Amino acid sequence: MTNKAASRQRKEKACKTLVMLCGLLIIALVIVIALFLVVNGSGTFIQYHHSVFEFLFSSDWDPSDTPGVGGGKVGALIYIVGTIYTCALALLIAVPFSLAAAIFLSEISPKFGARFLQPAIEIFVGIPSVVYGWVGMTVLVPFIAKKFHAPMGGYSVLAAGIVLAIMIMPTITTLSADALRSLPPRCKMGALGMGATRWQAIYTVQVPMAKSGVITGVILGLSRALGETLAVAMVIGKTRAFPKGILYPTNNLTAAIAADMGNTANGSEYNLALWSMALLLLILSLICIALIHLTLKKKKEY
Amino acid sequence: MNERSTHARSRGVDHFMTGIFYIVGGSAILLLLVLATYIVIKGIRSYYPGVMGFTDAGIGNQLFNTVYLVVLSLIVSVPLGMAAGTYLSEYAKQGKLTEIITMSIEALSSLPSIVIGLFGYLVFILMTGAQSNLLAGAMVVTILSIPQITSTTRDALRALPDDYRTGSVGLGASTFQTIWHVLIPACIPRVVTGIILVAGRGFGEAAALLYTTGQSTIIDWSNWNLASSTCPLNPLRPGETLALHVWMMRTEGSVVQHSTEIANISSMILVIAVLVFNLAARLLSARIVKKNRGA
Repeated sequence: MTNKAASRQRKEKACKTLVMLCGLLIIALVIVIALFLVVNGSGTFIQYHHSVFEFLFSSDWDPSDTPGVGGGKVGALIYIVGTIYTCALALLIAVPFSLAAAIFLSEISPKFGARFLQPAIEIFVGIPSVVYGWVGMTVLVPFIAKKFHAPMGGYSVLAAGIVLAIMIMPTITTLSADALRSLPPRCKMGALGMGATRWQAIYTVQVPMAKSGVITGVILGLSRALGETLAVAMVIGKTRAFPKGILYPTNNLTAAIAADMGNTANGSEYNLALWSMALLLLILSLICIALIHLTLKKKKEY
Repeated sequence: MNERSTHARSRGVDHFMTGIFYIVGGSAILLLLVLATYIVIKGIRSYYPGVMGFTDAGIGNQLFNTVYLVVLSLIVSVPLGMAAGTYLSEYAKQGKLTEIITMSIEALSSLPSIVIGLFGYLVFILMTGAQSNLLAGAMVVTILSIPQITSTTRDALRALPDDYRTGSVGLGASTFQTIWHVLIPACIPRVVTGIILVAGRGFGEAAALLYTTGQSTIIDWSNWNLASSTCPLNPLRPGETLALHVWMMRTEGSVVQHSTEIANISSMILVIAVLVFNLAARLLSARIVKKNRGA
């Protein structure tokens, strides 16, 4: 009997250790991913002696592709500006639209919203990015070329911004709607009781109160836009030049990594510069997470 | 008089804004309908004989690779993610460690998939010296899936009423027996719903697989020797997935016959797969709600 109890206890302990290891594995994964990216991404600065300043603020891009031979130029400013430009445009389109959709879901017509809009949004999330890219390329790009007479046949910042906007809309909508729904009813009741119309209650009371949830949604959407690769790569035109306007093509961080990583020699200046760009993406997405935590910490309880 | 006119104005604005919200909500649904219909119709109209075949002219091999890759990744990610979720819900105490794990889950799920793909390329291809292979791709998809499976399992377990635990422990079951025989079975439908959505994401993933699964498929359907690089079931052979194929049709489309048709049809299959995965998850969770109501 005691033997049986002891064996049972050993088994208990083994199982507990096992599931705990799986939990620790997630921490280990994040650390290892970050470590490998730091090691490879810092090669540009340590092994090839480029300054971080040059990488971030110069637009001269001509890295050498022979391992061990440096001396090229690794200014990634065009890619960085491309990423900022497309993401900013995507937010500009997606935020008002998503906020309106969230208000529709939570305030205007919760029943119809839950029945039709919510499932639609979930399907938008599920559609693979290559499909967005392909439709963008075969429908949106020719449309932009025809309607706006864009140079480069419509491959443009505008096309990338629109595709990204559609892709981040579900994230912003879902989180904003959740934030609006989680407000205590008395806030809305109070506003309505004082004679406010529904719209006045929404924009003077409910949206400001749900601010932290909305901001969280916007930051998460931004982090999705920053890392989106193939959909953007298919419509941005992949031209290494600053865009002269939203109808002009350019390139961004993710598209450059996706296109060039396979064609560079492992350990060359070119290769490591691309790893530095990947490291930059990692840092940006960690900054987004930190911002979300700050937002939630400042959140007031109602 | 003046007061009444401001009142009328506010009501007018209110009606106007309500209209705007209906237009936005409606146009989001309309956009999806148009998008999905367009992709499906374009896919059907691009049909040519042999497209579903298992040769270079068809996409049968790519479809098989995709399914195989998702299955391989689920074999690893489901037990790992469920175990980690169980730890967070049933064992972990509120403290630093739990907080760090939770933050790691957040960080991992927000990393761009291309970054995780590069990590996989470095670890599973460059460091092992292997050629591009399906298993490496499956491991990358596993890393992408673990956060979601973990948090779904954790939330599903936490949502169970404490009666389940006290009842089981009261009958003399140990913690692990309670988890294994009572809690996990009780939350399995919710976890499966999450897994279906994760599988759907794996099905359409491409950026992370760019440098891991390889961009070619050479298999011989009469070769069943697992060690051979042309055996369909050998996980260590290169295997381009359907989503990756769409990307390839664009970049190297000019050298392949029917490249536009192939991309159209592949897109259609991917969209239909998303609809099916979503519908399955939706039906399952509707059944859970019904069951919990006691009907």
